Amino acid sequence: MIETVAKLVDTTLCIGCKACEVACQEWNDQEFTTGVFRNTYQTLPDLAPNFWNLIKFSEHDINGEQHWLMAKYQCMHCADAGCIKACPAPGAIVRRPNGIVDFVHENCIGCGYCITGCPFDVPRLSPKTRKVYKCTLCSDRVAAGLEPACIKTCPTNCLTFGSRNDLKFLAEKRAEELRKDGLANAGVYDGPGVGGTNVLYVLKHADRPQDYGLPKDPRIPWTVSLWKGPLKWLGNTVFFGGLLAALVHYIKVGPKEAHDEAEN
Amino acid sequence: MGDSVSRRSFLLTTTALGFDLKPAIAAARELKISRTTQTHSVCPYCAVGCSVVIHTLGDKARNVQPSVVHIEGDPDSPINRGTLCSKGISLKEFVVNERRLTRPLYRAPGSSAWTRISWEEALDKMARRIKDTRDRGFEEKDAQGRTVNRLPNLALIGGCTDTNEINYLISKFRFGLGIAAYENQARL
Repeated sequence: MIETVAKLVDTTLCIGCKACEVACQEWNDQEFTTGVFRNTYQTLPDLAPNFWNLIKFSEHDINGEQHWLMAKYQCMHCADAGCIKACPAPGAIVRRPNGIVDFVHENCIGCGYCITGCPFDVPRLSPKTRKVYKCTLCSDRVAAGLEPACIKTCPTNCLTFGSRNDLKFLAEKRAEELRKDGLANAGVYDGPGVGGTNVLYVLKHADRPQDYGLPKDPRIPWTVSLWKGPLKWLGNTVFFGGLLAALVHYIKVGPKEAHDEAEN
Repeated sequence: MGDSVSRRSFLLTTTALGFDLKPAIAAARELKISRTTQTHSVCPYCAVGCSVVIHTLGDKARNVQPSVVHIEGDPDSPINRGTLCSKGISLKEFVVNERRLTRPLYRAPGSSAWTRISWEEALDKMARRIKDTRDRGFEEKDAQGRTVNRLPNLALIGGCTDTNEINYLISKFRFGLGIAAYENQARL
């Protein structure tokens, strides 16, 4: 059996060196785009079609104390992936047997529905190629038994790669350790609302993930769920029901006969 | 296979027989370092001296120009154990770069332009200048008449990736000339 893989981001160990950002760019042969300085150490304001891994730097005043929070932001490889649900092109977004949600670009039609479906706002449409891009969890490296590029380069051991079950255990253990050390709100962020994610976080302030730039209650938009759930069933029923009714009518009544107008 | 089976009919019949196309979709894209030559080296930036593995594509065949496709940390190194910082992991840009200097350039005094010169010419120029500087500034004895054999008008600077062997030779060279001031950049 192939185990579901995951990565663990222990935000308490992140020093914001951004080696994972560069490793991602290097491995995936992405061209680097320059930006303007925006009074922050954050590389770019947001993810981009050629920039799949961003360290979000956010400053927050929590209970009168200044906190400088850093969190790695990329595709979460959800168990219940909104992008897969929303995608109308067969084979464009696939789930690998090890749980990785991967885009197959030759099948992508560039409709951008996955962007609407994603509760974490991760996929980005490239205006040049008209295709959507995001983190692949280095599916090529993982398939060959290597860890993803970001994991390998992390100098502080903030990032760990392995089986999801093992990492979940480690994350809980680490959160317990932090709580013992006096960080009462330390905990694990595991994509609530999307059936768990294959990117786990240990947060110092697990009660306020939005301060790290992570949605507090990520949900697949109800429009996507409705359209790909009940509406799809209803549509299929109407379509095939119509065909069936036509067939029954043909059998019972027979084909339409042309009447000669002169006979009347 | 003859012409009797077209791709369409093959797919139609095999899927009808329950042949699953999923494994074909499950294959990830090919690993770009699966056929590379691995060369072990040291990161040239800071004094930590992390080891790196350079992945070069192309065997050493006569008609092939090998190219560096990827550089990542060396897991066997006790210093970095496979990890690298944001500068170290960008080393490929350092190697494969159109702005990288691969031949000596010379800018004459008063000139504003760099001109290409050969390695022989560059080495001759450097040797000439070292010799002239040494002839000008070499002190055999100090003010009290003690033998010092020193060269105070020349300094030597080493790099952080210099190995023990290179440093041994650099020291030999330094003592031979009598250079007193020497420094390295290995404490950035």
